[in-house]
Formats: sequence, C-alpha cells, structure tokens
Amino acid sequence: MQSKLKSRKYTTVSIPTTLYNRIKNLIKDTGFTSVSSYVIYILREIVAAHEEAKYKEPYTEEDKKRIIEKLRKLGYLE
Amino acid sequence: MVSKPHGGKLINKVANKKEREKIIEQIDEIPQIFVNKIIAVDIENIAHGILSPLEGFMTYEDYIHVLNDMRLSNDVPWTIPIILDVSKEEIKGLKEGDEITLVSKEENKAIAIMRIDEIYSWNKKEYAELIYKTDDINHPGVAKTMKMKELLIGGEIKLINHLENPYEKYTLWPIETRVLFNELGWRTIVGFQTRNAPHLGHEYVQKAALTFVDGLFINPLVGWKKPGDYKDEVILKAYETLIKYYFPRRSVVLAILRTSMRYAGPREAIFHAIMRKNFGCTHFIVGRDHAGVGNYYGPYEAQEIFKYFPDLGITPLFVKEAFYCHKCGGMTSEKICPHPEQYRIHISGTKIREMIKNKTRPPSTMMRPEVAEVILQFDNPFIT
Repeated sequence: MQSKLKSRKYTTVSIPTTLYNRIKNLIKDTGFTSVSSYVIYILREIVAAHEEAKYKEPYTEEDKKRIIEKLRKLGYLE
Repeated sequence: MVSKPHGGKLINKVANKKEREKIIEQIDEIPQIFVNKIIAVDIENIAHGILSPLEGFMTYEDYIHVLNDMRLSNDVPWTIPIILDVSKEEIKGLKEGDEITLVSKEENKAIAIMRIDEIYSWNKKEYAELIYKTDDINHPGVAKTMKMKELLIGGEIKLINHLENPYEKYTLWPIETRVLFNELGWRTIVGFQTRNAPHLGHEYVQKAALTFVDGLFINPLVGWKKPGDYKDEVILKAYETLIKYYFPRRSVVLAILRTSMRYAGPREAIFHAIMRKNFGCTHFIVGRDHAGVGNYYGPYEAQEIFKYFPDLGITPLFVKEAFYCHKCGGMTSEKICPHPEQYRIHISGTKIREMIKNKTRPPSTMMRPEVAEVILQFDNPFIT
C-alpha cells in the first residue's frame, strides 16, 4: 500500500533571457503570477491542440452502418 | 468536426464476443467483489468511453494528481477521482496483479472483470476538503464520501454484461452520438447538463447557445440525486414535451447520462464538460452555481475554474441568470436587459418545485404550460 505522495513535480526548460523578459513584461497586471505559470498555460493549450489534430474517429464503416441502424430504430435518425 | 475525445482516444473496454466467452468460461474461478449501483454505472461509463481516457479505476498516482492538481498523472485535465472503494475483508487474500469479478449488488450479476493494479489507503477528510471544498457532513457529497470503505483499488476493467436500463430508448454511448452528430451534419454541438425539468430559464439559455452552433445535446443526468430533485422519468417526459412543441426538428438530441451527482460545484463542472466532450460536444453550457448545493460554492465559481484549463478541448459557454422581463416582453438576462428590478420575474427552480408539490401550475412566465401539465400528471414527481 502507498503512503502519501506529493503529486506536483517540476523540471527546468531553458528559454532565451530576451523571451523571458518579454513574457515578464507581458504578464504584468494579468492573472499570471510568474513567467513559469504563463509558459505552462500556453504550452498546455498548444500541446493539446497538436495531440488532438492527430485523432481519427475509431469506428469502421461496418460499425457505422450498425450504429445508424440502431439510431433509426430509436428514432434519432429518419 | 465533432470534438476529439478527452486525452485523444475514445476508450472501448467492452469485451467482444470471443473475449466475453473466454471470461465467462473462467469466471467461477475469479474472486468476486460486489459493487453498488453508483460504481456499477461508472464501470459501464468507463467501458463505453464516457470517461475517456480512463480505462479503469484510478491508481494512486492518478488519484493524488487529480486531488491536488486537477490533472491525471499524464497532465490531462481531470477533476473528480473515479475510484473503487473496498473493505479489508472484501480483499482479504487478494494482492496486486490478481483478477477480480465486479458484481452488481443490486442485480446480482457479474458486470466486469478487473485486474488489481494497486491497493491503497485514502484520507476521506482530505478528499472531501479538496473535492467538495468542505468537510461538512451536511454536504451530500461529503456525507456519501464518509460512508465509503477504507481502501481503494485501481486497475483496468473489461465490461462483460450491461446493467438493466429502464431508459434504453434514451441511452446513447459516445461512439453512437459521434456517428449521430456526423449524420445530422453537425460540426458544432453544445452540451447541456441538467438534473431538472426545464423551465423558461433553461430554454432561454439553450436557445441562446443553439443560435450559434449546429445542434443542442440535452443530456440529463440519470442516477443518484438528492431527495427533492426531480425523478428521472419526470425530467425525460418534460424534455420530450419541450422539444416537441418548442424546438425545430433536427436541432436537438435528447439522451441520458447515467451517473451520480457529486454536488462538487466547480470541479464537477469541469468533469461534466469532459464527459460531454467525449460524446462529441464542442461547447458546453455552464450556468450559475453549476453542480452546486446549498451555499458551498460562489454563484459563478463553476465558471471561473475553466480559466485553469486552456487544454480542456471543449469551449465553455458561460451564462448569467435568465429572467422574464415585462418591459422586454420575454426572457432575457442581466447582460442584455437594461430594465429595473420591478419589471423582472426571477425564475426559481425551488419556487417552481414548491408550486408543483402543491399541485399548482407554475405561470407561463416561468414554465411552458405543456411542460407543467406533463409534470403535474405525476403523483409525486420528486425523489423522496
């Protein structure tokens, strides 16, 4: 059995100092409390969009026919 | 294009014919754990991808990340732990790596097999404080949590039998809604979560959202709710009536979501959005005090939480309280109505429920007469 574990772990990624300063200026008077929190926010947004772009619906043509038949029977399709 | 499943993959953990036959052959040799109805519907929901990317009950790593960071251990947003509680007696002799059969206590039927990846203890008080933001036993979610057993087990499941379902006609799984939305030609779909019979405020919000998207997915929650809430069959009949008389053809899909209300306010709003994303919704309506109860959460806390999830993959539509304005001559909201309070009729769900309890028809400035009529036909439309 596990004992209590802290979940939050971080690692370091380097960015140019110029970019760091640019972000620091950008986030003044926003809800972001640090450059790191801004970078995490932006990266999560971008990474999720890239991951999802690769997705294809998981059903075959055969599945689709079977599902359409069921949807017709239930009255969802005419 | 309908929304991508959460975490990038629509999970399917339903045993195919061959797998099922093989499992059934060996099932007498696999130890059994009995599960209540709440857990049993979670099992079905995992198997059919409503809870994608989860493939089973959470192991400690995911559990603790969700509790503290509102994300799974792979960083994907997730706010409500999906856990299976057991007592020490129930798992006596079992160890990590063993297979168990999950049996519905209510139906006395094996519904799934599960490989135990991990057995771990949990702190219910800490859970309540982080998930419900309170450890007050009067909170229905806290009360339910405190009654749960002392250990949790995590691991992947495989569904072998479905539960009995009185609402088969209204049950669609994510793979089916995804086909349906594509067949209807909908590219943008707004999901609407509800545990209420519809009043004019709900309809206003739904139609306001529908104006800007292709289709509306009304997805009432069917399952454990607190006493005083509408019964499931009442909600469904009321919505059928509203759609029949007040929505254009092919603009709405009505299907149920079998799961329990947690009353976890902001965290549950994210959880509700994730499930609707898995059904294919691109947008999700979040109203005032979404999934709230009593005064445990701020009126718009469930909207504010969305700012922490830029990677949620479904667009929340935040709505303010809607009301009837005599000066405007219809339903409107704080955002667009300039008239003073004296012209406004606020639509209170509590007030409507009181009227219905007293067999009084709510006025047409609050509820459609056809909807009220259907609800009043029930002897007792509320959970006791």
